Amino acid sequence: MNRTPHISGLEVPLHSIAHGRTGDKGNRLNVSVIAYRPEYYPVICEQVTVERIAALFAHRRISAVRRFELPKLWALNFVIDDVLEGGVNDALNLDGHGKTHSFLVLSLPIRLPEGMRPIINKTEETVK
Amino acid sequence: MGTDSVLVGCGAGFSGDRLDAAAPVVRSLIRAKRPAAIMFETLGERTLALAQLARMENPDKGYEPLLERLLAPILEACLQHNIRILGNFGAANPLAAAKAIAGLGRRLGCRPMRIAVVQGDDLVAAGQLGALEDESGRPLAFGPVISANAYLGAAPLVEALQAGADIVVSGRVADPSLALAPFIHHHGWALDDWQRLACGTLAGHLLECGAQVTGGYYADPGFKDVPDPHDIGFPIVAMQGDGDFTIGKADTGGGLVDRHTVTEQILYEIHDPSRYLTPDVTLDITNVELDDSVQNEVRVRGAVGHARPERLKVTVGYDGGWLGEGEISYAGPNAAARAKLALDVIRRRIGPDISMRGDIIGVASVFNDDAGQWLSQHMAPSSDVRLRIAVSSPDRAIAARAAEEVLALYTCGPAGGGGARGNTRRRIATASAYIRRDLVKTRIEMLE
Repeated sequence: MNRTPHISGLEVPLHSIAHGRTGDKGNRLNVSVIAYRPEYYPVICEQVTVERIAALFAHRRISAVRRFELPKLWALNFVIDDVLEGGVNDALNLDGHGKTHSFLVLSLPIRLPEGMRPIINKTEETVK
Repeated sequence: MGTDSVLVGCGAGFSGDRLDAAAPVVRSLIRAKRPAAIMFETLGERTLALAQLARMENPDKGYEPLLERLLAPILEACLQHNIRILGNFGAANPLAAAKAIAGLGRRLGCRPMRIAVVQGDDLVAAGQLGALEDESGRPLAFGPVISANAYLGAAPLVEALQAGADIVVSGRVADPSLALAPFIHHHGWALDDWQRLACGTLAGHLLECGAQVTGGYYADPGFKDVPDPHDIGFPIVAMQGDGDFTIGKADTGGGLVDRHTVTEQILYEIHDPSRYLTPDVTLDITNVELDDSVQNEVRVRGAVGHARPERLKVTVGYDGGWLGEGEISYAGPNAAARAKLALDVIRRRIGPDISMRGDIIGVASVFNDDAGQWLSQHMAPSSDVRLRIAVSSPDRAIAARAAEEVLALYTCGPAGGGGARGNTRRRIATASAYIRRDLVKTRIEMLE
C-alpha cells in the first residue's frame, strides 16, 4: 500500500488515530478526518488521499472528490459529490444523510511510522 | 473573557431535539448575570415544505409542531431576566407561531411581551418564483412547487431586536444568523464589518446544532468518551466586541467541550473551508485556532470574513412521489443466504423498470448501494439479519408493492421469515436555487 521507507510500523484502522463527522447538502457529502494528536496529522495527509477516498466510495458512483487541508485543526475535509444516491429527500437507502459514512472512511488501513502508537492499541483495532 | 461579552445559548439544534435541553441553558445564562439570548434552530431542508402542507390544511398551523413544548419550560424565566429568544420555529407560518407564543405566555401568567414576526422569506407568497436562478445565474423553472424560501440573514433579526422584541420568530433564516443577530445588536457591529461578522457567524455555526458541539453525536466508547451522555449540556458562546469568543456549555449536566468536539462541528456541512457562504458574510475558517486549556471551554480565534454573496440561497420544495418500505427478519442457520434469496425473489417480481433497492441489515444496512454491488462483495454468514426493500414511484400503488411483496414472503418466500413490517409514505423533494438579494423584501410585524 505504501512503500515509503520510514513507514514500517503497525498497520491500524484510521479510526485508531483519527475521528470524523459527515455533513450533507443535497447529494453532496463532506467528511472530516481529525487527528487525535498533531503527530498523526502528517501521516493522515500522506495516506488518506483523494484516490483512496474515491476508491472507497466507487460503488456509489461518485462524480468527484476534493480534499482540503486544515493543519491548525489537525484535520482534512473531504467533499464527495453524488455519493448519496439522491440525498435525504430522494434516496432509497436507509441513511440518506450519509451520516454513517464517516466510519467507512475511518475503516481505511493506515501504516504507522516506526515507533508511533495509536491512541488505544486494542487487539481488535490492530489489523496486523 | 472580557467584561463586555454577550452570551448566546442554543436551546434546540433541530426539529426533534431534546425538549429538556433549553432549561439548563437558561439557568446558566441567568447565573452569569450578563446580557444574553437563546436561539432555537428547528428547520431542515424538508421541514418548510411539510409545514406549508400543514398550513394549507389548517391556516392556524404550519409552524414548528413542538413550539409550545420547547418554550414552556423557559418562557417565563427568559422574560423575567430579559433573555431574548430567537427561533426559526415560525416555519411556514411565523405569525401563527407568534400568536401561539402569546397564548402560551397568557396561560403561564408571563409578563406582557413584544413578539417580532419576520416575514419575507416565502417567495411563493411574494410572487418571486420567476426570479429563481441556478448556481451560474441561468433562470430556473420549476413545476408545481409546495414551497420556496430564501435564506434570510441576520439583518431583519437585528431590526427586530432594535425594535425591542423579547422574542423574534422567523421562517427560513440561515442557521448561524440566529446567533449572529444578538451579537450584532449587542456590540453594535456594522452589517459590512466582514471580520466581526465572520467571527459571529462561526460562533453561530458552532451553536446551531445544539449538542453536536458539546459531546452529542460524538461518543465512541473507548476512543471518545463523553460524561453523562443521557444529559448533555447545550452550548453557550461568550462573544466579545472584537469578535474573539469562547464556546462552553450549560453549567449543569454532562457533555464535553474540547478542541475535538469543536473541530467536528466546525467542519460540519463545510465544503471549501475558505469560502463558507452565508447571507451575512463569506467565512474563511482555514486559519482558525483553538485553545482548550480551560476545561469545557474552547477559545476560538482566526476566522476571516469577506463580503457577503450578492444572491441568497433558496430551497424549493415540491412533490417527491411515494416511498414504500418492507422489512422481514431471518435468523439461525443460513439466515443471510435465506434473506439474499428473498431479496432476489422480490427483485425478480418487481422487475427492472421500477426503482427498487434491497439491503440486508446485519450484513450491509447503510454502506450498500442501489445496485447491491457492496452487498454482493460483503456477503458473509450471519445468524440474525433483516431484509429491507425500498421502492419509490410517483404512483402510490407501485411504491406500496415494497410492503406487499415482503408480506407475501410469509407464504411464498424462503423458510423461516418473520416480523414483516411495511409502510408507504409521501415524500417531499427539494432543490436549491438562488435569487438576487434586492428582490427579497423583508418586514417586521410586532405583536404586543
